[in-house]
Amino acid sequence: MTPNPYLYLWLVPLLPLAGAAINGFFGRRLPKRAITTVALVFCGAAFVMALWLAAGFSAASAPYSSDLAHWIRSGDFQVDFSFYLDQLSLVMLLVVTGVGFLIHIYSVGYMWDDDGYYRFMAYLNLFMFFMLTLVLAKNYLVMFIGWEGVGLASYLLIGFWFTKDSAAAAGKKAFIVNRIGDFGFLIALFLMIQHFGSLDFTHVFAAARSLPTEMAGAGLLTAIGLLLMVGAAGKSAQIPLYVWLPDAMEGPTPVSALIHAATMVTAGVYMVARSSVIFDHAPMAMMVVAIIGTLTALFAATIGIAQTDIKKVLAYSTVSQLGYMFMACGVGAFSAGIFHLMTHAFFKGLLFLAAGSVIHGVGGEQDMRKMGGLRVYMPWTFATMGIATLAIAGIPPLAGFWSKDEILWQAYNASWAYWLIGVITAFITSFYMFRLMYMTFSGEYRGAAASDVHGHDAHAHDDHSHGHGHGEPHESPWVMLGPLVVLALLSVVGGFVGYGNHFEHFLAPVFQVGDVVAREASPEAGKSALEYLLMAVSVGVAGLGWFLAYLLYRRRPQLPARIAASLGGLYQAVSNKYYIDELYAALFVKPLIDGSTTILWHGVDQGVIDAAVNDSADAARHVSDTARHMQSGNLRSYAGWVAAGAAVVIAYMVWMGVR
Amino acid sequence: MVPLSYYLLLSGILFVCGVLGFLIKRNIITIFMSIELMLNGVNLSFVAFAAHWHALSGQVFVFFVMVVAAAEAAVGLAIIIAVYRTRETLNVDQVNLLKL
Amino acid sequence: MFHLILFLFFGAICVAGAINLLVQSHPINSALSLIAVMAALAAEYLLLGAEFVAAVQVIVYAGAIMVLFLITIMLLNAGAEERTKGSRVAILLGIPGVLIGGVLVAWTLLNRSNTQAVPIGALKGDPKDIARLLFHDFLLPFEVTSVLILIAIMGAVVLASPPRAVASGLRKDAE
Repeated sequence: MTPNPYLYLWLVPLLPLAGAAINGFFGRRLPKRAITTVALVFCGAAFVMALWLAAGFSAASAPYSSDLAHWIRSGDFQVDFSFYLDQLSLVMLLVVTGVGFLIHIYSVGYMWDDDGYYRFMAYLNLFMFFMLTLVLAKNYLVMFIGWEGVGLASYLLIGFWFTKDSAAAAGKKAFIVNRIGDFGFLIALFLMIQHFGSLDFTHVFAAARSLPTEMAGAGLLTAIGLLLMVGAAGKSAQIPLYVWLPDAMEGPTPVSALIHAATMVTAGVYMVARSSVIFDHAPMAMMVVAIIGTLTALFAATIGIAQTDIKKVLAYSTVSQLGYMFMACGVGAFSAGIFHLMTHAFFKGLLFLAAGSVIHGVGGEQDMRKMGGLRVYMPWTFATMGIATLAIAGIPPLAGFWSKDEILWQAYNASWAYWLIGVITAFITSFYMFRLMYMTFSGEYRGAAASDVHGHDAHAHDDHSHGHGHGEPHESPWVMLGPLVVLALLSVVGGFVGYGNHFEHFLAPVFQVGDVVAREASPEAGKSALEYLLMAVSVGVAGLGWFLAYLLYRRRPQLPARIAASLGGLYQAVSNKYYIDELYAALFVKPLIDGSTTILWHGVDQGVIDAAVNDSADAARHVSDTARHMQSGNLRSYAGWVAAGAAVVIAYMVWMGVR
Repeated sequence: MVPLSYYLLLSGILFVCGVLGFLIKRNIITIFMSIELMLNGVNLSFVAFAAHWHALSGQVFVFFVMVVAAAEAAVGLAIIIAVYRTRETLNVDQVNLLKL
Repeated sequence: MFHLILFLFFGAICVAGAINLLVQSHPINSALSLIAVMAALAAEYLLLGAEFVAAVQVIVYAGAIMVLFLITIMLLNAGAEERTKGSRVAILLGIPGVLIGGVLVAWTLLNRSNTQAVPIGALKGDPKDIARLLFHDFLLPFEVTSVLILIAIMGAVVLASPPRAVASGLRKDAE
């Protein structure tokens, strides 16, 4: 009789933790093969377990929760270490372990020559542990552990090459901006504790359901929803807390793929989807979510047009696609958002890994203006990246088409404005992605001459060298290409789970419980004509974007520069990310640093605290300086002191006697 | 007839003179002699009280005081001689090596 | 009456000697005035009837201790005192302190003590009686003080002997 897989649910997060511990503590002394084996085995085991769990799980299965240990027992309030498996967390589990495992394999090839190889594999496993904790949590506090933990792993991995100032600064920026979001998250948790008395999903959602819907746009659930959105905005890089994600490209490319495309940044979407009950009862909060998502999608896409670094384009693309997911959640189409999360993990992960392969192949160069014509040198990379580009642009029948279209259809049902912005963004997305493809793979190779291309140059953020000195671009080894192929396959077929609303039905038990706001208006009765029309429109704009990119970057490559020059200031603004970073620096960072320096450091630390300590020491010294005159070494002064003291004592005794 | 208090007053005067001498004088031997003066003043008060209360033990105590004063004088003068050997001075102000 | 005159006479000598001790600059003069004080004190003791104590005062105090002082003064050839930087504390704190203490004590004694007169020769301090006390009631202190004197003698010998003599004596023992 087969063992019950659910009993071993707790193994899923803990296997990668074990791998991280082994590699972290002993990795320095282990040979690289051993490190690789440890990392891959533990991560792969988690993936196998996830498959095993999924095998027996269907749309009709009841959620499974497993309580591991008591944690907080404080009066009526209690929080335990508990894991929870329902359809939603199963989907996330498969995505995280599956894509994670592929990226682990890729990293073996990519980071092999790095000195910190063991550290990298340990951090990757550590990240897996935290992400799985986040996804499998049964209450908000355990989710928060995972939340914070992935932030930590992100910091460690972004700043992996910590000797580089820009990398260290980027890691710091990511962590701090995340922290701001976490602050909102924490306040939401406090509100939950105060009003619901518990952080457990079941209790919180039951309590939320019992509250009336806050149509007026104000109230407890709205507050909680908005604060949760603040946290999600920090973690998933939405306006206004997206600024860390482009900088996070300082980390190695597998990190960008895993954390900043497939899994960590999607934690915010997962959290919002998980809290669907709360958002259902707070329409104002949902609208805010939708608006933020939509605006971010458009905003980031426009910035992506003007970027020249291949990874930065993908970074802004990620922000934009995350905006789509939030848009979906904001209009009530939570399962559509999760669907897009899943397909995005496939094609964005693939895009990043392929970009890493490109960078590896050209010897560390990341500027697309110095690439071109790589199609002949790297056919496999070209093919897989091409598939991913088709997917993200939303060309049927690849995965991206199904999920993006679902979102646009649901958005249209909520408001045509969302739909319109979504369509425009789709156009821009298609444009910049094909621009990337053309600049990188077609035309003539514009890179440095054959003899110069070796090692790293000043631009090489990916500080990544090869064992072999070489001159021309070359294809990557199979250990790196393998995952690319697998992800490409998934990008092709991954969308078919959405066919006939299968995906939605699968997730229905999670989202269908007691809802008030009209949502998921997709009818059981198949698609309507309007839906087909909208589908055609979105495919049409995708094709239009492709064509425009072809025109500007293949046929008339001199046009883009002229257009940019004619647009002048506007182009400069877009190219410099609308100077948002500078704005934040002037508005928040500089006053904070100045205030800290003047008030806190000079004023409080030096003026008050140090002064208190130093002055009390000085005072002690003065007192003892004065007192030391008693010890003059002069016999007669001693006698004088004695006589004076005797007089005092006698006076006291006389006085006592007289009283 | 002399009241007791007169004897005590005389004893007090002697004692005060002794202390003043201790404070004022610079020569270590003179300081020692002031100490002897103090002891003598105290002896007088002992004997006066013994006479007043008809307790002979007062006079016995004087005896002991004298013995101790003798011992103390002997040792003290030996020390002074030892100090004089190294310091070449009897001025108490110049024997101040204990100063900080 | 006669008692009072004698008392005042010898008392005057005491006080004069004490003040002279303070005033004189040469230690030998101070020593001689101290001897005068002690002699006058012996007379005072006689007025109070303490014969034995008076005798011991003259023999031991004035005869032995003060002689010791004189020998030391002459041995060390102590000259007149020079003026050196005194101690401010001694002058500023000590003298007022002493005076205040003295005044307080005096005031207390004069106010509170019994002004009953003590007749001349009030308590006859026979040697026999003193001996009885000394060897019966105060035997232990007596023996202890004799040990004390022994120790004092040894200490004085060691302290005052020339350094080389002591060291060579020790070395000779060691060999």
